[in-house]
Amino acid sequence: MSFQPVKFYQTGTFTVGNRLLPPEERSVQASAKRYNSINSGHRACQGCGEALGARYAIDAAMEAADGQIIAANATGCLEVFSTPYPETSWQIPWIHSLFGNTAAVATGVAAALKVKRQKGQGGDVRVVAQGGDGGTTDIGFGCLSGMFERNDDVLYICYDNGGYMNTGVQRSSATPPAARTATTMAVGPEPGNVFGQGKFVPAIAMAHDIPYVATATVADLRDLEAKVRRAMEIRGARYIHILVPCPLGWGTASHDTIRMARLAKETGIFPVFEAEHGEIKSVLTIRRPLPVEEYLRPQKRYAHLFGKNPAVETIAHIQALADRNIRKYRLEARQGSH
Amino acid sequence: MDKPFAITLDPGSSLANHTGSWRTFRPEYVDRLPPCNVACPAGENIQAWLFHAESGDYEAAWRSLVENNPLPAIMGRVCYHPCEGGCNRQHVDAAVGINSVERFLGDEANKQGWQFAPPAAASGKRVLVVGSGPAGLSAAYHLTRMGHKAVIHEAAPLAGGMMRFGIPKYRLPREVLDAEINRLVEFGVEIQLQTKVSDVQQALKDGFDAVFLGVGAHIAKRAYIPAGDANKVLDAVAVLRGMEDHDAPMLGRKVVVYGGGNTAIDVARTAKRLGAEEAIIVYRRTRDKMPAHDFEVEEALQEGISIKWLSTIKEAGESDIMVEKMALDDKGFPQPTGEFERIEADSVVLALGQDADLALLENVPGLVVEGGMIQVDGGMMTGHPGVFAGGDMAGSERTVTVAVGHGKKAARAIDAWLRRAEYAPAEKHEVATIERMNPWYYSDAPKTMRPVLDIIRRQSTFEEVLGGLDENNALFEARRCMSCGNCFECDNCYGVCPDNAVIKLGPGKRFKFNFDYCKGCGICATECPCGAIRMVAEEN
Repeated sequence: MSFQPVKFYQTGTFTVGNRLLPPEERSVQASAKRYNSINSGHRACQGCGEALGARYAIDAAMEAADGQIIAANATGCLEVFSTPYPETSWQIPWIHSLFGNTAAVATGVAAALKVKRQKGQGGDVRVVAQGGDGGTTDIGFGCLSGMFERNDDVLYICYDNGGYMNTGVQRSSATPPAARTATTMAVGPEPGNVFGQGKFVPAIAMAHDIPYVATATVADLRDLEAKVRRAMEIRGARYIHILVPCPLGWGTASHDTIRMARLAKETGIFPVFEAEHGEIKSVLTIRRPLPVEEYLRPQKRYAHLFGKNPAVETIAHIQALADRNIRKYRLEARQGSH
Repeated sequence: MDKPFAITLDPGSSLANHTGSWRTFRPEYVDRLPPCNVACPAGENIQAWLFHAESGDYEAAWRSLVENNPLPAIMGRVCYHPCEGGCNRQHVDAAVGINSVERFLGDEANKQGWQFAPPAAASGKRVLVVGSGPAGLSAAYHLTRMGHKAVIHEAAPLAGGMMRFGIPKYRLPREVLDAEINRLVEFGVEIQLQTKVSDVQQALKDGFDAVFLGVGAHIAKRAYIPAGDANKVLDAVAVLRGMEDHDAPMLGRKVVVYGGGNTAIDVARTAKRLGAEEAIIVYRRTRDKMPAHDFEVEEALQEGISIKWLSTIKEAGESDIMVEKMALDDKGFPQPTGEFERIEADSVVLALGQDADLALLENVPGLVVEGGMIQVDGGMMTGHPGVFAGGDMAGSERTVTVAVGHGKKAARAIDAWLRRAEYAPAEKHEVATIERMNPWYYSDAPKTMRPVLDIIRRQSTFEEVLGGLDENNALFEARRCMSCGNCFECDNCYGVCPDNAVIKLGPGKRFKFNFDYCKGCGICATECPCGAIRMVAEEN
């Protein structure tokens, strides 16, 4: 557990705020004076998980850095919907990089700030790099690995929605198995994305032994904010991977975005944990265990699994992957956990 | 035009882009009716007073409570809490202990000496209230609040009706009853004791503008049982009433109680406390058919009372009774079997129900009495204009809480009638069912159990059986409330909006939507824990 959950106060720390808690124990998002780093008027789809996740994360980083943040942003949904020339939704200094070099741009910004600080110019300005799963796990992976390996003082945040949603829902290396995308159609003997390929970048980041790696979802705000806060306390390369459901690419109702993220966590599909120097320090345990079917069924990208002849074996295969996560990350509900 | 190469426009904010135009559905804040409120016969706004209790503001909670019910300390003891039967929390873990929090608030008010807020300006109208039971007290209280002068005429030497002469002390200590009645008297309710009203029509001529009847039902129903001369056959009403006299009724060592209602249980438990070695309830049907509340039956069994199911009393001898066994027929009715059994008994107490004494209503034109019950309209008015009735004499469900509800409803109708206006009950919101909520967000928190008196003390004394909550667990219990259908400012809608289109108005002021930017995704409605947001289709 990355933070101390409050019990018994009606909704405890499950909700965004709680009038029964003292103000200092409430979330950043509950404050009427939150930064709103990404402002209204952006062109993300209805119910966009990424727009929400970005505000959660960057507001928390702004709070932790007292407003002294520069962000580099990879090409992708987040950049396109927030900053169509000449308008921007960002209320922070923000640089649009190429699709693949955000980590390198952020490294350069951090280096420049370091030089300025040495010359006595400027205060302690922190650097955040952010991108989607395409810009992070595929195209920008080389730059990202380099940033990790050099332990550059950058917090890299990946908003994972499992595909290239901006260009019409193509497969990325973060697309889950069996999911239908424009490039992994639901046809043939094994419809949808293949099993056994793709990568889970948080584990790769841990393999770099960087100071801090964490995963989070938009369904657990308090956990997400605590992780950003923790990351901002540390100098060096840090990586946070946030699951952000995409109503368009996943084929879910726009109002179910948070629910889908919650189901991903509760079924064990997406492990929520944090690690320091390559070692897991805490996990968010499952509160109400559910079979993966509960998560798959509402998503049209898995519709081919639930036709007249349900793909029982494929579903069982996905269940086995979730069960492996539960074993590997020790996600099972525990006595006394929340 | 001092811009970098290839740049021709100044930077702008996305606020220029009113994404609200995308919307096909719009969110709307609503207040839905919590199921506890739906179930409350006294019409309490339970969710509203729990809201204050949750933050530890017990006085505000009590003040909110007494807007509908002036007797919370009594309610917290004798009410059968149908609210808890309706509570949505039972679908999560266990229902909120509403009744125990209510009792805590009532006791706290007595301890702190809280008084009611002053009534509205005097209207100059006078209303006669006949009977000082829960219906009469409730009617008088609400009439006083509205500015009318309520005068209670009570035939007995003490006020309280069946709360004093029917409910045993171990369920309702008399100090509690007296405290809440005294508060009403200080509020301005006039109670004239030992004043029997024998002619309602005369009262209307004697300077009263309206009459509320709440005389209750205290005439015991009898059953014909052939009895020997020496046998003591008593009725439950007389026994319980006798408990308020100096000398407790003599029931003997072996007491048989005949009947299956709460009164039968009360008498048997009272007999046990008076020293009876055996208290046996004889009931002609089975436990699941018994009208007494299950928890009372359970408490009675714990105290060593035995119950003979499927039995009727055929005759009562000098020191024993003859019981005939019954069997249920196809339709579930008990039929005699011809099998008999003798049970030792020093006395037999009949608890077969009560009738209302309607003698004071003779010669009142227009009144309709059916099945021993006075008939009233939706505003509790009898067939005679200006004469209203409530409580046990006007309802088939005879509980203190129902009577309090009758009193309130009648007071509102009397107020309308006095102003020559039409009585129209307020429109009800749609019910906040669990399907309209998102229970994920509520912490896991099992129900606080009230301390139960040791069995031994219960069998020998008239001390209260159920203890109260202390401040800590009352607060805990209040905070188990899920605030069904009514915003409790958890900030979820404000936090989960991907478009920052929810405006937080500050503590106590809730939220509003910024429809310039709300795209109508509906996340706020889905993630609202208590179901206080509804999505409605945009017109165009």
